[in-house]
Amino acid sequence: MSSHAPSFFTRYFFSTNHKDIGVLYIVFAIIAGLIGGIFSLLIRMELAEPGMQILGDDYQQYNVWITSHGLLMIFFMIMPAMVGGFGNYFVPLLIGAPDMAFPRMNNLSFWLLVPSIILLIGSGFVDGGAGPGWTLYAPLSTSGHGGPAVDMVILSMHLAGASSILGAINFITTIFNMRAPGMTMHKMPLFAWSILITAFLLLLSLPVLAGAITMMLTDRNFGTAFFNPEAGGDPVLFQHLFWFFGHPEVYILILPGFGIISHVVSTFSKKPIFGYLGMAYAMAAIGVVGFVVWAHHMYTTGLDVDTRAYFLAATMVIAVPTGIKIFSWIATMWGGSIEFKTPMLFAIAMIFLFTLGGVTGVVLANTGIDVALHDTYYVVAHFHYVMSMGALFSIYAGFYYWFSKMSGIEYNELLGKIHFWLTFIGVNITFFPMHFSGLAGMPRRIPDYPDAFAGWNYVSSIGAYISVFAAFFFLIVIFEAFIKARKAQKNPWGKGATTFEWELSSPPPFHSYDDLPKVK
Amino acid sequence: MRVYFKLFFLSFSFLSPFLLVSQSFAKGQPSEWQISFQEAASPLMQSLIDLHDFVFWVITVITVFVFFLLAYVCVKFSAKNNKTPSQTTHHSLLEVAWTVIPVLILVVIAIPSFKLLYNQNDFSKIDMTIKATGYTWYWGYEYPDHDNIQFDAIMLQDDELEEGQPRLLSTDNLLVVPVNTNVKMQITSDPAGVIHSWAVPSLGVKMDAIPGRLNETYFNINEPGMYYGQCSELCGPGHGFMPITIKAVSENDFAAWIEEAKVEFADNNDDLIVLK
Repeated sequence: MSSHAPSFFTRYFFSTNHKDIGVLYIVFAIIAGLIGGIFSLLIRMELAEPGMQILGDDYQQYNVWITSHGLLMIFFMIMPAMVGGFGNYFVPLLIGAPDMAFPRMNNLSFWLLVPSIILLIGSGFVDGGAGPGWTLYAPLSTSGHGGPAVDMVILSMHLAGASSILGAINFITTIFNMRAPGMTMHKMPLFAWSILITAFLLLLSLPVLAGAITMMLTDRNFGTAFFNPEAGGDPVLFQHLFWFFGHPEVYILILPGFGIISHVVSTFSKKPIFGYLGMAYAMAAIGVVGFVVWAHHMYTTGLDVDTRAYFLAATMVIAVPTGIKIFSWIATMWGGSIEFKTPMLFAIAMIFLFTLGGVTGVVLANTGIDVALHDTYYVVAHFHYVMSMGALFSIYAGFYYWFSKMSGIEYNELLGKIHFWLTFIGVNITFFPMHFSGLAGMPRRIPDYPDAFAGWNYVSSIGAYISVFAAFFFLIVIFEAFIKARKAQKNPWGKGATTFEWELSSPPPFHSYDDLPKVK
Repeated sequence: MRVYFKLFFLSFSFLSPFLLVSQSFAKGQPSEWQISFQEAASPLMQSLIDLHDFVFWVITVITVFVFFLLAYVCVKFSAKNNKTPSQTTHHSLLEVAWTVIPVLILVVIAIPSFKLLYNQNDFSKIDMTIKATGYTWYWGYEYPDHDNIQFDAIMLQDDELEEGQPRLLSTDNLLVVPVNTNVKMQITSDPAGVIHSWAVPSLGVKMDAIPGRLNETYFNINEPGMYYGQCSELCGPGHGFMPITIKAVSENDFAAWIEEAKVEFADNNDDLIVLK
């Protein structure tokens, strides 16, 4: 650690240093992820067998769990880990910037998340909790929930949204203005590209969510009727507003993962990324098209049939840039000299499992087929394949890839691999059978199910126990690394790791660059 | 390492054939260890299954292709087998190919998909209409074409079930419909209530019941029998407990039932439903 580092309290609580804030975000994401994981464990315990297992007749509590699980994993695990964590820590390093453009705003971004998560978790303890699902559909979230629980969730989302908007402004400014000399946009590493595109999605979609939930707040408390049909409002309006945010949101969750996977695949194949420009513009295309496909979440709401036909076509278009990315990663590996270290294992698994989740997305895009699958476990399987295996595997890949850089110590490769296999086996046993239940017609979000669905649900629950065990095993990997404290080199990955961060010490000095780095 | 990969990814391709066939299972309801759709009980569900099976083959081929590509790359270009990495980063023809071919595949999927969509929404040949209203947490039904018969269908508790009635899927009053008839369902929700969704998997129908909005869908049941569905939009604590239970009967039996129902449900009127 170089000279100017302040004391612990000043360093982490008043921090304006992008690396320290990045570390805070990652610690925050791990804690939130474990809480969200405990919710998923509870859900799977309840669903392990037909009949009520642990809840008695408190069905509302089940809805509180699924709501909290969804919101925690999306807003407090994946987003903080990818954008706030890896984004903050590595974007300035990758583009050769001394720090983020607005360091104090960066601090605010992080600390807004703390009251936000407190409000969300606190809402579970007042008035039966908030159980409208993470989608917060009106009128269940307005007239359907009395008491302050849903208001707390709304305020929590406001804070998390403000935090993300501030972060997005910060990233856009940093990336456009603070690149090192010679670092043109077309030379910028793909992770920086992915964060730039993600930041635009955040900046354009979150205000729509903020507007929608503010209308909900006034509907609930101040007598407005935006979503109340008895007074001329429209519940479907909320769904349009929500998904206008919600669909870009799912790309917000996965795009930084695409960036991470590109770095990992390139490093461990010891090859430059294949089709760099195609990769960057494929992400941009996903971002743009992602804004005009929202109503595919609403195929059964009674949209006009021509509207549905449009959203069918637009949704399918997304598969094209996504396919470009998958094939470009494989082409990057082609001809390489691949080393199967833990980050690479996660990356390869992510490529395959994301493909699997992607193709079931193509099935769901077909309005006609979606009639049978909408709101069934098939959808749950689909989005957990792209999120729990796509986004989470990317986060793990990034974590193992950059762990030594961030901490200055090395993780144990064997433990890392054990963690990978446990996670891989666990999540597949959990989520693959959900395709079957969904095809058979099992609806989502029910605390008890007809006896015929028992078999695959039991299998899913076994898988969930393995996955949760794997998540705690992850903590063991981290603790082991800190206890043994094996000192890390500058660049543990060899000649495949070519980006700027590997030229700095591990961890990088408090001020990363005394002189701006030069682009070769 | 490479052995692990082979083993693991192979075990995956093992699983996928499970999904391949739209096998037939018990009619009108799910069955144990079912891995695909319930057997189609209406022509629309049959065409839905046909389209799904087609799309399913396409995505299976793509997934298996990606899997073997990955497996091949992992073996062939592992650090052990290939000491010196190439530095190739461009191949225009390849990049054009993996852009254009997916577009063509999507077009091939989209054409039958549009056809199914428009068939599902073709209301030109409707024989009768039934209105379903979602309440918290049961369905109310009205037969506007048959003297406005009205009744509610409330889920049977475990101790009320009789032999052969599946748990969580059976209601006290059954929605009786004639077979081989195009039945239009008008679906809405209690104006002061929340959103529900009226879904019967074996008939291929699912339509949201939204306060202040009248949605419609239709079905035509092939043969007499019991057909079960569940509410498919989160509507609060009772969401899992407001099933849809349909009894399909011959047209003669339906006419007879109508006469009985007129008597049985004679006392039901709007006021009573609101009071509930």
